[in-house]
Amino acid sequence: MLAQRAAWEGPRWTRAVKPNPAISLQRSEGGEMKIGVVVFPGSNCDHDCQHVFKDVLGQYVEMIWHKETLLAGLDAIVLPGGFSYGDYLRTGAIARFSPVMGAVKEFAKSGGMVLGICNGFQILLEAGLLPGAMLRNKSLYFICKDVFVKVETAATAFTGAYESGQVLKIPIAHADGNYYTDPVTLAAMQANAQIVLRYCTPEGKVMPEANPNGSLDNIAGIINPEGNVLGMMPHPERCAEVMLGNEDGKLIFLSMLEALKGNKKQLKMVGT
Amino acid sequence: MTQINQLIAKDLIAQHNLTDDEYKKIIEILGREPNITELGMFSVMWSEHCSYKSSRVHLKKLPTTGPRVVQGPGENAGAVDIGGGLCVVFKMESHNHPSFIEPFQGAATGVGGILRDIFTMGARPIALLDALRFGELEQEKNRHLLKGVVAGISAYGNCMGVPTVGGEIVFNDIYSQNPLVNVFCLGIAHKDKIFLGTAAGVGNPVIYFGSKTGRDGIHGATMASDSFDDQSEQKRPTVQVGDPFTEKLLLEACLELMAGDLLVGIQDMGAAGLTSSSCEMASRAGNGIDLDLTDVPRREPGMTPYELMLSESQERMLMVAQAGKEEECIRICKKWDLDVAVVGRVTGDGILRVKDQGKVVAEIPAKSLADDGPRYERPYSPPGYQDMLTNLNYDALPDVKDPNAVLLSLLESPTVASKRWVYEQYDHMVRTNTMVRPGSDAAVVRIKGTNKAIAMTVDCNSRYCLLHPYEGARIAVAEAARNLVCSGAEPIGLTDCLNFGNPERPEVMWQFVLAIEGMKDACEHFKVPIVSGNVSFYNETNGLSIYPTPMLGMVGLIDVADKTMTQWFKQDGDAILLLGKTKEDLGGSEYLKVLHHREQGSPPFLSLETEKALHDFILNVIREGVVQSAHDCSDGGLSVALAESCVSAPDARRGAVVRLPLDALRRDALLFGESQSRVLLSVKPEMADQVLNRAWDSGIPAMKIGTVGGDRFIIDVEKGQWSEGCRIDLPVDKLHDRWAFSIERTLNEA
Repeated sequence: MLAQRAAWEGPRWTRAVKPNPAISLQRSEGGEMKIGVVVFPGSNCDHDCQHVFKDVLGQYVEMIWHKETLLAGLDAIVLPGGFSYGDYLRTGAIARFSPVMGAVKEFAKSGGMVLGICNGFQILLEAGLLPGAMLRNKSLYFICKDVFVKVETAATAFTGAYESGQVLKIPIAHADGNYYTDPVTLAAMQANAQIVLRYCTPEGKVMPEANPNGSLDNIAGIINPEGNVLGMMPHPERCAEVMLGNEDGKLIFLSMLEALKGNKKQLKMVGT
Repeated sequence: MTQINQLIAKDLIAQHNLTDDEYKKIIEILGREPNITELGMFSVMWSEHCSYKSSRVHLKKLPTTGPRVVQGPGENAGAVDIGGGLCVVFKMESHNHPSFIEPFQGAATGVGGILRDIFTMGARPIALLDALRFGELEQEKNRHLLKGVVAGISAYGNCMGVPTVGGEIVFNDIYSQNPLVNVFCLGIAHKDKIFLGTAAGVGNPVIYFGSKTGRDGIHGATMASDSFDDQSEQKRPTVQVGDPFTEKLLLEACLELMAGDLLVGIQDMGAAGLTSSSCEMASRAGNGIDLDLTDVPRREPGMTPYELMLSESQERMLMVAQAGKEEECIRICKKWDLDVAVVGRVTGDGILRVKDQGKVVAEIPAKSLADDGPRYERPYSPPGYQDMLTNLNYDALPDVKDPNAVLLSLLESPTVASKRWVYEQYDHMVRTNTMVRPGSDAAVVRIKGTNKAIAMTVDCNSRYCLLHPYEGARIAVAEAARNLVCSGAEPIGLTDCLNFGNPERPEVMWQFVLAIEGMKDACEHFKVPIVSGNVSFYNETNGLSIYPTPMLGMVGLIDVADKTMTQWFKQDGDAILLLGKTKEDLGGSEYLKVLHHREQGSPPFLSLETEKALHDFILNVIREGVVQSAHDCSDGGLSVALAESCVSAPDARRGAVVRLPLDALRRDALLFGESQSRVLLSVKPEMADQVLNRAWDSGIPAMKIGTVGGDRFIIDVEKGQWSEGCRIDLPVDKLHDRWAFSIERTLNEA
């Protein structure tokens, strides 16, 4: 599934992450990136994201308590999956009011990279950092299984290490992943190549049969126009190690690191 | 004690499910009549559910020790050493009665309860499994129960972020009026950081934290200790309501509290709530507790001491902190937005003394509540119908004529069919440890930071246990161990959840006693200790008992995680080997039930020596890396096991061409009989002879029966001594379709 590129050919993305003076790109000891993983009450994929960045990719990870209001010295922020505030009321609806979200918005506005996975994606929608909303899965059931998604564009800071059109096998685990937005916004996102991941068949065909949750236009992941905030329903952190039988998700994280390193050189792939 | 406010009327005693003798014993202990609060406290603590009064004398027979055992039965959960300073903490518990009354909340709070048992010990829960029993899905009510229970488990487990990695479901109409919901949980802890439920150290503060106390679940334990009738659904208010979000906060708060040097003891408030947690912790330490209800966080005003002491509101804990560490404990609880209050002190007088608004409202020796409950050696004798059950004239049963049709019916029987519809509703991957997902012989999770993995399985063939409780229980242990071994794991410990009917009936007690004997003999032979467990009696409605169902949750250790094995065929051209001998074992089989509508006969023969030799051999060849797949033969026999190896792989399906000698067997016994101690292996073709020879050298009958490959599933049965041969020949895709979507279709068609 995962066609490794023969040699590093330079950055693939066009939307470069703008250097931002407000964010100190101060490396932790050893020169790794410093990744912040936000811990909302009810987050439950926080440790999994920490594990991938820290143990698999050898980066420095800071767990950020949801009551924090100042975020300093971070290179990127991850909003992990889970059930923030129990997902009571509506997924992500309470989390958007969490004290930390003000700082996350500031970070994003000033060009910092923010990745929202599953519940993290839902929170990004509720917080207005990405357009649209999540509806209940069409089947009304929680669904946990492997699905296939197509990388629609490798020209982003989160997918730069993939090939455009590459098909990934990746797990989903959610009850509310049925993405919806109005036709105007959808058209704009389509025109602007903001739809980064789409549910597809194992062969890469984007069709209704391959759509696990009823999501509009088979959307599995979208990016903001500036290219620094990505939300995705599938869980790349669950398929980033050989031991778990699937590494297809690992390049999401590697892409981020590459982008952060200033697109300069091939990243040494830890564990590969 | 200020005043004994009320005298207890006779019918009040009966309402509390206490016998006259038990009431007399209470008076003897107190030296006076109890007040209503005290009566309530005795009634829950002396209920069957909490006191094990009918089972305790027999449970003592079970082997509970071994070199790996860190904590045996008697605590919130058992713990077993896995090396490297780590141990696994695990237990299984039933939530049968509440789940019948209110399936969603009943199952959800079942998950919540067992999770608390694990993290109370200082372990982070990393896996859940569920063993479920329902009536047949043709009935609307059973479909409702299945959907409700699965939704409840899904809602609670998913939100907690603990993966539900496996389990088993059996459908049989005997469970229509009494479904079983048994939940197994396993956590990981540092061996020297195990926390126990003890109120040691006179003067230490007793701190309540978690949710507020409400009026829900009052007398849940008593309800769970009674039989059901047509009115039982009116007991819905005794079912608690779960809040997994609060439980998640409770989990994180507990682990943070435990990381510091703050606690002396901790226990969750499960059945019998504040009463059980306080008196059990005091009793274990030989101390007493002065409890002041005034500061107990409450959901509503006007709650009486009786209600506060008996409430089974979920997501609550009681901890005994080191004196002077109260503030730090409170700070951590508040960080996690939990209610918290110092509600008492440890005393040296052994008395659980409960005060409310300055008045003493109960005063009972803690030990008498927790440990001095009644013990019964209930009479037992086999039921009159037992011979009728076991005597089956096989000559009157026609042998199989159309084996294709039989195989398809078995594969789509919901007990055999894939449980995909169920487990896709469970998050089975969160925490990124799941190496073998639901759908193989055992679930396997890796242990991060080590090279090890843990395999887990839950098993019980209750039909075998009905036909012969002793043999059935032995087979349950053997099958659980076989499932682990087929996954490459060495069995290291066991938890049980013993679901039976009304113990006051001698025939139910007979089933119980024999099942315990069977478990004991098998566990001793395999050297697998039982480290925790739970007994659920009174699983009967309108006088009809369930089949005896001693559910087992077994845990195995894989020293090198890379050597984990799965049940599905891996590569075309691989040789298929059958280890073990096939005999005329049709009694109690799924085949007899599905095709002949009989649940009769004697369960299959089991030799523990043969079984153990098989386990040792399988483990060796898996560890050497010779094996491509290993699958235990169980429900539906050899042909179902072969079919499962063809269709159960997550992505690829594979065909197989198999040839079997019939010898002196019936065709149905060969194809669908459930002889024990059999395992299907697939190996690279060049390894086949070597593995076969070594098997024979180890005293295990073994033969090459076929080859993996193609898109058809073919079994040729050669002509035997007494019968003609026959042939199964089906497209693999058709097998897969029947097996994979059966449950979903049944639910959708209805």
